[in-house]
Amino acid sequence: MSATLIPISGLQVASRKDMGEAMAKGGGCSSGSCGSSQGPADMDPETWAKVKDHPCYSEEAHHYFARMHVAVAPACNIQCNYCNRKYDCANESRPGVVSERLTPEQAARKVLAVAASVPQLSVLGIAGPGDAAYDWRRTKATFDLVSKDLPDIKLCLSSNGLALPDHIDEIVAMNIDHVTITINAIDPEIGQHIYPWIFYDGKRRTGIEAATILRDRQLLSLEMLKARGVLVKVNSVLIPGINDDHLIEVNKAVKARGAFLHNIMPLISDPAHGTHFGLTGQRGPTGAELKKVQDACAGGANLMRHCRQCRADAVGLLGEDRGQDFTLDKLPEVIADATEARTAYRDWVADERRDRAAAAAQAEATVAETGKSTLFAVCTRGSGRINMHFGKVTEFQIYEADAEGIRFVGHRRADNYCLGGHGDKARMDEILRVLEDVPYVLCSKIGAGPKKRLAEAGIEAIDGLAQDYIETAIAAVLHSKTAHPGRTAESA
Amino acid sequence: MALKIVKSQCTVCGACEFECPNAAIKFKGDAYIIDAEKCTECEGQFDAPQCAAVCPVPNTCVPA
Repeated sequence: MSATLIPISGLQVASRKDMGEAMAKGGGCSSGSCGSSQGPADMDPETWAKVKDHPCYSEEAHHYFARMHVAVAPACNIQCNYCNRKYDCANESRPGVVSERLTPEQAARKVLAVAASVPQLSVLGIAGPGDAAYDWRRTKATFDLVSKDLPDIKLCLSSNGLALPDHIDEIVAMNIDHVTITINAIDPEIGQHIYPWIFYDGKRRTGIEAATILRDRQLLSLEMLKARGVLVKVNSVLIPGINDDHLIEVNKAVKARGAFLHNIMPLISDPAHGTHFGLTGQRGPTGAELKKVQDACAGGANLMRHCRQCRADAVGLLGEDRGQDFTLDKLPEVIADATEARTAYRDWVADERRDRAAAAAQAEATVAETGKSTLFAVCTRGSGRINMHFGKVTEFQIYEADAEGIRFVGHRRADNYCLGGHGDKARMDEILRVLEDVPYVLCSKIGAGPKKRLAEAGIEAIDGLAQDYIETAIAAVLHSKTAHPGRTAESA
Repeated sequence: MALKIVKSQCTVCGACEFECPNAAIKFKGDAYIIDAEKCTECEGQFDAPQCAAVCPVPNTCVPA
């Protein structure tokens, strides 16, 4: 089937050279290519300069740049019903989970080792596994060591906000440009069902009192950071039946206080995790439920839709955790940094970005003619191209094409964390479940068996557009579908 | 009058060391331990022992 698809000539971009020619024909950089509100055309140059290499703050950047977390901050000052830090599993990917705790000195060595072998590395974050702002001595010591060795690596941290107001001056002084605050509720009536207790001012506090103090400190942190020019991302965990209808209020509240991004993430809940929600059977939202809440918040604070809810010791591009390659016992004795490799990589990305933006602009112009909304599941390992085998994906990037253009709207995991051992049947069932509303899969290659099973479920798998830019391929598919015999042919 | 840390329960997060007003908690070997000589159970200092109040695992900072 895929062989009959003919990419629109001039739009197919299989190599950098082809792309150069396509651009010479008159393409230009217009709106951000994917994650429409996150491109260079949508923000002031100063802000774009801050986020352009940060995979968690720019959807566009996450195709190119890698981050790493070091688990130096295990202490926390609150309890959340979705968290249990006793649990550790190397196969599991979720916040708060780590395999190995590091001292600041060990962490600095690890960062140096990763920087030397992963030129995509642009960001070091500290996100626990406890709270980076509460466990401030360890967080600060780690940042001090790393910024001395690697001044080009951006620093960021993630916190529940309770202790943040105490460290604003130091955060600004250390050039930490990005801070994430997790805010799950602004109404303490709702918050009390998410936080059983907080430890504040020498006392464990519970109920409405705890939720009120936490909310006030979170919003204060946001306002203080905003006033000092630090970009703030707000994370919210979507918990069906508890805060799903409330998150639109959270979105408005954080937008009003200057949050740069709002990241609504699905609750991860399983009895095996030993969390309160896991043990009480509180379920997480489906992909469609998550998208509904995210869509309802459109128009408020900019939404982040590419979050992978990574571990507190994750390493690599989002969606590709290489943390297990860089455990302490695997670090070399002597580590030589490779600054040149990072510089060369960043130069390459600058070129690649320009090209992809141009390709996307052309593709979007084509799609706008077709009108109705269509979802695509893309298999990619980064760079904005279709370059992954269907059998290798652990998650799909979901793109939506409609009259507004083509944009990234989220990702859906298909490995269900530990499905690896359950065989291909279970994996395929999971894939069919997460793709129930998606008619097309774009991948670099797919076996005949899986292709047939997808087809039986009404999903067409297309592997004839390997290595193309994602937007270009989507435009080609839509074009071939609307231009089939019996309809008015569109001009190519 | 002192508290102790139940090692099998402890997640080694160190929040107790951070909060102890008497510097009675130290990391030794692979675990946090409370120096019974220094521990006052926070009597006269706080409403409740700070280590137990901040500890994420119930019944881990308990009377020795």
